[in-house]
Amino acid sequence: MSILKTSLNVNSKEFRANAESMAAIVADLREKAAEIRLGGDERSRAKHLERGKLLPRERVRQLLDVSSPFLELSQFAAYKVYGEDVPAAGIITGIGRILGQECMIFANDATVKGGTYYPLTVKKHLRAQEIAEANHLPCIYLVDSGGVFLPRQEEVFPDRDHFGRIFYNQANMSGKGIPQIAAVMGSCTAGGAYMPAMSDESIIVRRQGTIFLAGPPLVKAAIGEVVSAEDLGGAEVHCRTSGVTDHYAANDGHALSIARRIVGNLNRQKKLPLAIREPVEPLYDPSEIHGVITTDSRKPYDVHEVISRIVDGSEFDEFKQLYGTTLVCGFAHIWGYPVGIVANNGILFSESALKGAHFIELCSQRGIPLIFLQNVTGFMVGSKYEAGGIAKDGAKMVTAVSCASVPKFTVITGGSYGAGNYGMCGRAFSPRFLWIWPNARVSVMGGEQAASVLATVKRDSMEARGETWSAEDEETFRKPVRDMYEHQGHPYYASARLWDDGIIDPADTRMVLGLGISATMNAPIEKTSFGIFRM
Amino acid sequence: MFDKILIANRGEIACRVIRTAKRLGIRTVSVYSDADADALHVALADEAYHIGPPAARESYLLGEVILDVAVRSGAKAIHPGYGFLSENAGFAEACAKAGIVFIGPPSEAIRAMGSKSAAKEIMGAAGVPLVPGYHGQNQNPAFLRTEADRIGYPLLIKASAGGGGKGMRVVWNSPDFDEALAGAKREAMSGFGDDHVLMEKYLTRPRHIEIQVFADSQGNALHIFERDCSIQRRHQKVIEEAPASGMTASLRVQMGAAAVAAARAINYVGAGTVEFLLDEDGSFYFMEMNTRLQVEHPVTEMITGLDLVEWQLRVAAGEPMPCSQEQLVIGGHAIEARIYAEDPAREFLPSTGRLRHLRTPAENANVRIDSGVRQGDEVSIHYDPMIAKLVVWDSDRSSAIRRLRQALAEFQVVGVTTNTLFLGCVAAHPAFIAGEIDTSFIERHRSALFPEAVPASDRIMALASLDLMLEQTVEAGQRANSSSDPYSPWHQTNGWRLNFDNHHDLYFVDGEQVITVVVHYRPGGYILDLPGGSLFVRGERGSGGDILADLGGMRVKATVVRHGNILTILDQGKSHLLTRHDPCAVGDEDEVAAGRLTAPMPGKVVAIMVETGARVGRGTPLLIMEAMKMEHTINAPCDGSVVEFHFEVGAVVNEGAELLNFAAETEMPVI
Repeated sequence: MSILKTSLNVNSKEFRANAESMAAIVADLREKAAEIRLGGDERSRAKHLERGKLLPRERVRQLLDVSSPFLELSQFAAYKVYGEDVPAAGIITGIGRILGQECMIFANDATVKGGTYYPLTVKKHLRAQEIAEANHLPCIYLVDSGGVFLPRQEEVFPDRDHFGRIFYNQANMSGKGIPQIAAVMGSCTAGGAYMPAMSDESIIVRRQGTIFLAGPPLVKAAIGEVVSAEDLGGAEVHCRTSGVTDHYAANDGHALSIARRIVGNLNRQKKLPLAIREPVEPLYDPSEIHGVITTDSRKPYDVHEVISRIVDGSEFDEFKQLYGTTLVCGFAHIWGYPVGIVANNGILFSESALKGAHFIELCSQRGIPLIFLQNVTGFMVGSKYEAGGIAKDGAKMVTAVSCASVPKFTVITGGSYGAGNYGMCGRAFSPRFLWIWPNARVSVMGGEQAASVLATVKRDSMEARGETWSAEDEETFRKPVRDMYEHQGHPYYASARLWDDGIIDPADTRMVLGLGISATMNAPIEKTSFGIFRM
Repeated sequence: MFDKILIANRGEIACRVIRTAKRLGIRTVSVYSDADADALHVALADEAYHIGPPAARESYLLGEVILDVAVRSGAKAIHPGYGFLSENAGFAEACAKAGIVFIGPPSEAIRAMGSKSAAKEIMGAAGVPLVPGYHGQNQNPAFLRTEADRIGYPLLIKASAGGGGKGMRVVWNSPDFDEALAGAKREAMSGFGDDHVLMEKYLTRPRHIEIQVFADSQGNALHIFERDCSIQRRHQKVIEEAPASGMTASLRVQMGAAAVAAARAINYVGAGTVEFLLDEDGSFYFMEMNTRLQVEHPVTEMITGLDLVEWQLRVAAGEPMPCSQEQLVIGGHAIEARIYAEDPAREFLPSTGRLRHLRTPAENANVRIDSGVRQGDEVSIHYDPMIAKLVVWDSDRSSAIRRLRQALAEFQVVGVTTNTLFLGCVAAHPAFIAGEIDTSFIERHRSALFPEAVPASDRIMALASLDLMLEQTVEAGQRANSSSDPYSPWHQTNGWRLNFDNHHDLYFVDGEQVITVVVHYRPGGYILDLPGGSLFVRGERGSGGDILADLGGMRVKATVVRHGNILTILDQGKSHLLTRHDPCAVGDEDEVAAGRLTAPMPGKVVAIMVETGARVGRGTPLLIMEAMKMEHTINAPCDGSVVEFHFEVGAVVNEGAELLNFAAETEMPVI
């Protein structure tokens, strides 16, 4: 394979300025993540611990193999969405290893609003289930939740992708042989009661876990029966009498060790559909990516400098190196796994789109996972290009991206605008995972362009009415549009709404991709059947 | 010379004898009990025969059975080692009858020295000095006073029928005699109904000096110098050395002559040891004669270059001794320390169990290890719990002591408690170094020799933590190699988390205390939050539990041995025990333990305290076990009742055996 040569000077003023700027952005990301990591407020956490319960992140730690990684998902979910703090949307989801088996972990955080489901909690739960289903990952639910957050029931309960979908997914995953395991470590009320009940195997912690369709207050109101939560739906009832749960745990630690034991009895074996080879670290330090990314998003940089800091040995066999050069395509390895990389290196032209479609076909044919490094302002505009059929060529790429059934991974490294987002496997194109760098921006177009478009439309209509519009007034009009785009295009805003699976430090890209690829290998790679390519 | 011999013993001495026999081209036959089927002495011998169950009286003490093995195997002679049949005159006679040579003295000599009082009479007659005293029938106080003045002071008056210190008085001066005698007689009368007393010179600080003697069937007898065995506890030798410190040439000649006279008095043949008490004033008195090879014979070998077992074999084969008294010279100084599986902190109670880890110092010209066990062997309740004899040699005593201390520090035993630290304390004691030793040395310096258990230092905690972290990295690597996805980053053990640093909590139980160590993952190592502060550590594991650690810039080489949740950290010659507490495992253990109460050690059921079916409260004693001399009570874990006892009083049970079935009324406690 050919080795990428870097033209980067790590001592240059520009590199250092870039690195400094990115370091500040990453520091802010880590600072926010550290706050989210705490969960609920101090009082709630203290109360939780007082009851002898472990905090959800500690539960996850003890559930997983010692020292093994945890690929958290949707860390910023519900960040500044509801006008009140709902850190991580009150649930921790992610992929972790239990006895060498990658599993999808769901851990309600009872210190956040009693672990109740906000609309984004549901969305996050469903997204994790979607990943589990696509990649055949056993699901472990550490349940400690009061169920639906009642004040917002209309956004949580009735629709297709609302609360009920959790159980629909459980049933269907179980049907596909994807194990569903629940440990009831706190409340599990009403609809939530189905979580253990719908599981293949379930655990309950004595004097701590409760499961009932209706809690004591509702029982009293409905039939006048006065009963304690423990007598109504505690471990004794469900392990000895009702049979809703299968395993009786003395405490959190015990429940987690039982969950591990259950995973140990799943009899699953990962069959790698890829020809792997021993991984080699990139020749260039992945953290140097910080210095590659320009502080001014309009200033381009060479995406080869990024690729060489992600792939094994910085080795990259480029495809059609001399054709459609604004899209870089080629083969490489990440952590020993063969991958096909599709990376933006400028605006998309017809040639780039055709090249991309061709390369995606190659990877699909060969069963090679695809990685999209997305940094695109969009497809080229103008009469020349429209007439040249750029819409048709773009459509070919979008068709290829849509239909390719090899695992697809998207990393938004910079701008993600317009149809570029589609061609480069944006959220709507169901990549197995989509991560975003903290410097990136996502919107239908750039804030400046949007402001210009809107201003032009307004000016045209004003001028048609014979009115005039001062430059000052126009700027007053444009600024809020720009601001809105900047605000809504920010990764924190995007990630809070689950438009991606998480914001990652560019230096972690190699690790995150490696974990992701390995996790997807739990499911076989399906044969691709492409739609009609408009010729 | 014999072409084949049988060794009627086990452990280190059997191995020791086999070693010399092999060197001389003599084939060897071992015998073994059920407990020793896989023992070293069986593996080393050319042939080995099973002779019975573990108890010595049903195996190693069965003279007839062993003799039968000798005849069957064609062995021409039997080496009895020490202990067991070595001083059994009847066995020596039986050997002679069967036409097999007993490698030891004639049965008459054994018999003569078998009775202590008879032995003293013989020695007195032969002119061997005895402790002055009066053992006669005349109890007239005035007569006794005359005798006392003849014997001299200090003087010990003892009730003839007595024991346990009753009716015993030490008289320091003549004027005090009458009152002391009256008191002793009074106590003797009230205590034993008999006021008969005897008197002996009281030795204030006696040393135990013994002389190695040898005699052949040609009538030659000589001595191979002395050994000082004064460092004793409960009449058991702990450290022996040769030559004795402060021994003069003239005293050596005197004592040697007395010992040879003793041997000649009973027509001795072979190796023997004459034990004397040496008083502060240089006078010495016969104590007893051991008609066998002593445990501590290696120190004599180390200073003379002789092989005493070879001498035994040659003499037994009828050859004359290889050299004469004049040819024997002392070279340098040798010290032997007996490494025992015992707990000095608990009155030297024997400790039994499996030797999970055993590493001895490297043997060379200065260090000799006589051992009969290997790593993985069991130290059982059936036999002497000695693990090895550590023998060091150097040109002078202080150099030998230095070597001893170094070698003791390198001696690693995990699985049983040992006395190595205690031995190290003795070897390091200024009085020992100065040669100021006598039989009450250990008692006198008790406070300095039994250091109190100290809590684990940060250094120990850091080593234990690092070892556990490295261990799981090694395990993860092994799992990765056998995985179908071997290069996956999921095998990484850096605790990776998205957008924040991760940590891992380790819990250790040190004595009564639970210590938490928080391990923060860092590139290339870990930051440990220890009781005394934070430290960056990294390191790697070597073979056999070795760990090369960098503790905040300090490079440390130590050994960590893990068995289940128990970690033994061997560092700087000390061993520290930590139990790992796994919060996730607690419930499981409880689940398993529920209703089952098992023997904490091998031993005997000595009492059953409750009736089957009777309701008992938590903590009620249910059953008492005895292992060696230690009682262990099995208590009710919670309210409930015993469904069934699985053993009767007197039954011998193995470690971990389920003793009884307990039906809990309340839930089992969870820690």
